[in-house]
Amino acid sequence: MNHLQSLEADSIFILREAYNRLGRLGLLWSIGKDSTVLLWLAKKAFFGHCPFPFIHVDTGYKIPEMITYRDLVALELGLEMIVWQNSEALSAGMGPAKGRLICCRALKTDALNSMTKHYGFDGLIVGVRRDEEGSRSKERVFSERNEDDEWDYVNQPPELWGQFKTDFPKGHHIRVHPLLQWNEIDIWRYIESEQIPVIDLYFSKNGRRYRSLGCAPCTGIIESEAATVSQIIEELANTKVAERAGRAQDQEDAYAMQKLRKDGYM
Amino acid sequence: MTEITEPNNVRQKLHLVFTGHVDHGKSTVIGRLLYDTGSLPEGTVTKIRRISAETGQPFEMAFLLDAFEEEQKQGITIDTTRLQFKTKKRDYVIIDAPGHKEFLKNMISGAADAEAAFLVIDAQRGVEEQSRRHALMLKLLGISRIGLIINKMDLVGFSQDVFQAVSAELTGFLESLGLSPQVTLPLAALSGENIVAHSQAMTWYHGPTLIEALDGLTKDEGGQGSLRLPLQAIYKFDDRRILAGRIESGQVSVGDEILISPGGKKTKVVSLAAWLDRDLKSQSGAGESVGLMVSDEFFNRRGEIVSLPGEPPAVSDRLRASIFWMGRNPLKIKRRYKLRLATSESEAEITEIVRLVDSETLAAQNGRNQAQSSSESPKTMVGVFGPGGQTQNAAKPISSGPEPSSSADDAHLKIEERTSGPEEVGFNQVAEVEILLQRQLAFDLFSRHRATGRFVLVDGFDVSGGGIVTEIFERLPVRFGFVGDGLRARCEVFEEYYYDISGMAVSKVTPKEPSYSLGDRVPLTGHSYRYPENFDIAVFRDRVAIRIRDGRVVSLLALQDYAYEGFPIVNGRGFGVLVNSERDWALVREDYDRLTTDNETALAERWLDFNTYRRIPMGGGEYSQELFE
Repeated sequence: MNHLQSLEADSIFILREAYNRLGRLGLLWSIGKDSTVLLWLAKKAFFGHCPFPFIHVDTGYKIPEMITYRDLVALELGLEMIVWQNSEALSAGMGPAKGRLICCRALKTDALNSMTKHYGFDGLIVGVRRDEEGSRSKERVFSERNEDDEWDYVNQPPELWGQFKTDFPKGHHIRVHPLLQWNEIDIWRYIESEQIPVIDLYFSKNGRRYRSLGCAPCTGIIESEAATVSQIIEELANTKVAERAGRAQDQEDAYAMQKLRKDGYM
Repeated sequence: MTEITEPNNVRQKLHLVFTGHVDHGKSTVIGRLLYDTGSLPEGTVTKIRRISAETGQPFEMAFLLDAFEEEQKQGITIDTTRLQFKTKKRDYVIIDAPGHKEFLKNMISGAADAEAAFLVIDAQRGVEEQSRRHALMLKLLGISRIGLIINKMDLVGFSQDVFQAVSAELTGFLESLGLSPQVTLPLAALSGENIVAHSQAMTWYHGPTLIEALDGLTKDEGGQGSLRLPLQAIYKFDDRRILAGRIESGQVSVGDEILISPGGKKTKVVSLAAWLDRDLKSQSGAGESVGLMVSDEFFNRRGEIVSLPGEPPAVSDRLRASIFWMGRNPLKIKRRYKLRLATSESEAEITEIVRLVDSETLAAQNGRNQAQSSSESPKTMVGVFGPGGQTQNAAKPISSGPEPSSSADDAHLKIEERTSGPEEVGFNQVAEVEILLQRQLAFDLFSRHRATGRFVLVDGFDVSGGGIVTEIFERLPVRFGFVGDGLRARCEVFEEYYYDISGMAVSKVTPKEPSYSLGDRVPLTGHSYRYPENFDIAVFRDRVAIRIRDGRVVSLLALQDYAYEGFPIVNGRGFGVLVNSERDWALVREDYDRLTTDNETALAERWLDFNTYRRIPMGGGEYSQELFE
């Protein structure tokens, strides 16, 4: 087995554990490359079926193409979709102008947390990777959130031998991270070898492309000529710029992501 | 850097862990490795130089890894991190594991995934407590590719003598564990000596640099040995019935006859299922997540292990294991834990702590000393909710009541003193234990099959310990009173109790009938007991309930699935449990969960009735003759 095949097999193992061990389960689909790979892996894990709903936390500020693409794919694959929004904050005028971290907290963290409560999810599958940023590098595959959706990151349980955290008090939930071991370049190599369709915002037009997708006001476009998956792989193999360098919220404070994630941010 | 790629653009990847005592410089070694191989993202070094300058601290390579604010401010690694770098040969994932004692569980979480380990030792301070403990953990985690790094050589004047002394001490310790380091390197990580280039300050050293040593490691392809496929689930999303799981070792092919344990049923692989046609195969091997479609549709469940019939796993409920404990509360004898092995799970009881291993010296603490210093009574006693001291020979006298106090008043009673081993395993301790499972599981010796020979122990909500199977007991050492529905329960409901007047002790006579299964008629009346036609037995010790209806065993069920139906309840010794409503039953369960040696007597007085179903007549067994002499 090569490295990609073993990443695939382990992620499938994790997805099946989540489905077997956790009660109500959903998958956070952000339309980006990582959660699209997750969708693909779920299809493989469950032999063409997706036995749980796909959830999109829509901040209202997403790049418009993402929403069009989301609805198209959901229809095509017959996904059970939950679209959730913090409409209260939105109608009160929440936006990045109020402060990026405040905005992320309201439109992403709070929205996610109220969605989790509303549906009573015991498990949420999220496509985060260890190589994205510091606090994610410290994550567990099964990561508990308490009744206030908080992450007790200084006191994480041991995780070994494929034995995950599946016992927890009622009201808590587990964030399941099947892609934790994957790198950005692994994702693209897998997309290439499996020929997985991804949104074309990633591909260069007029010398510019998105490397990471998020909300329109806070997501930077990079200078790039990479217009195909293999050109992206080539580019990544030679870059030293961090993947999330274009994500404004990460740059707000040295420990911004740790602080956001402690309160339930994905 | 030019990429040397395998076909399909995928390079080999090796997982490495760096462990060692706190402050011996693990994070610095890794930081330097990343820095010298040009693996750091742009701006990272500048950012850390800026933080160093602003705070007046020296430039810390460790900041590259210790991402948490708490870690940077306290200068320690709290949780494990993964970082990547590459050499011309392959890619590496480095796992930085905390060296601080408090974070051993985090060290284990990181190290458990590693294919090779480097133990980092401070040349000046030498081998310290966590150095030894981490070495012991590597042994228990089954990591045999080990390298030693004697770091901070600059602090000892790059002395070859110091290097040799420290490496001899550590190598000796590793050898006593049955581990042999493949390489020992003198390093000064802060200035990068012997990391990518040979050090000019240590010309006496002719071995490899760290990079050369890494590239010299052979990758553990794993999965050697015969087929082991623990089942994760049985899927029936459509008209296909699919047995899903990950192959831990060996391979499976279409047409193979397979054995599914512990059920013991054999069937044939018809096909290997896949979503996409292009993924359909006729054979799959170790590491693959697969779906089997088989020719016979008998009952299967998660936790069963698929093997080839000639090379089956053991099926047993009793084992000996080396364990490490990371729980907040100590692991205790008599308490119940959940044991998870591959995908199977069972309630488990630690029946004996054979010895505690002192990771400082590897010396065993066992037997008398421990028992004498323990504040808990080492005596065998009749448990309130079920039989105590299972090592007790059934024919020997046992104490009768629930109050085996050691006060002077009882001195005339023949209470057998049993020399017991340690009663508990504390935080971060390593021990050898014997475990009794509630149900039979399929598993292996760790030395034969890694993935199906290791397990974790769950205490409450938390994975609190891990262990490797060192011995499997095939024969049941314990007599089970009831067997059925995949459950077993020990019990002494039909034992005769007699009061031996000359010896002033209670003796017990075990009936000849070995055990009762579903449908069997039970002896409702004996010399020392009488039960109604309809009653339930709650064996708290094994968490199993048995329903007796019209004098026959009609069901065995896990205690959590048992509901009070209005019939009398007795415990595993045949004493009445004072339950008259569902609410009473809930209260008993609650009390039992908080049972300790301190409140045992009080709880017995509250809930048990010693008079209705049992009496203790005189004589019996070998003593009856004496009575009429």
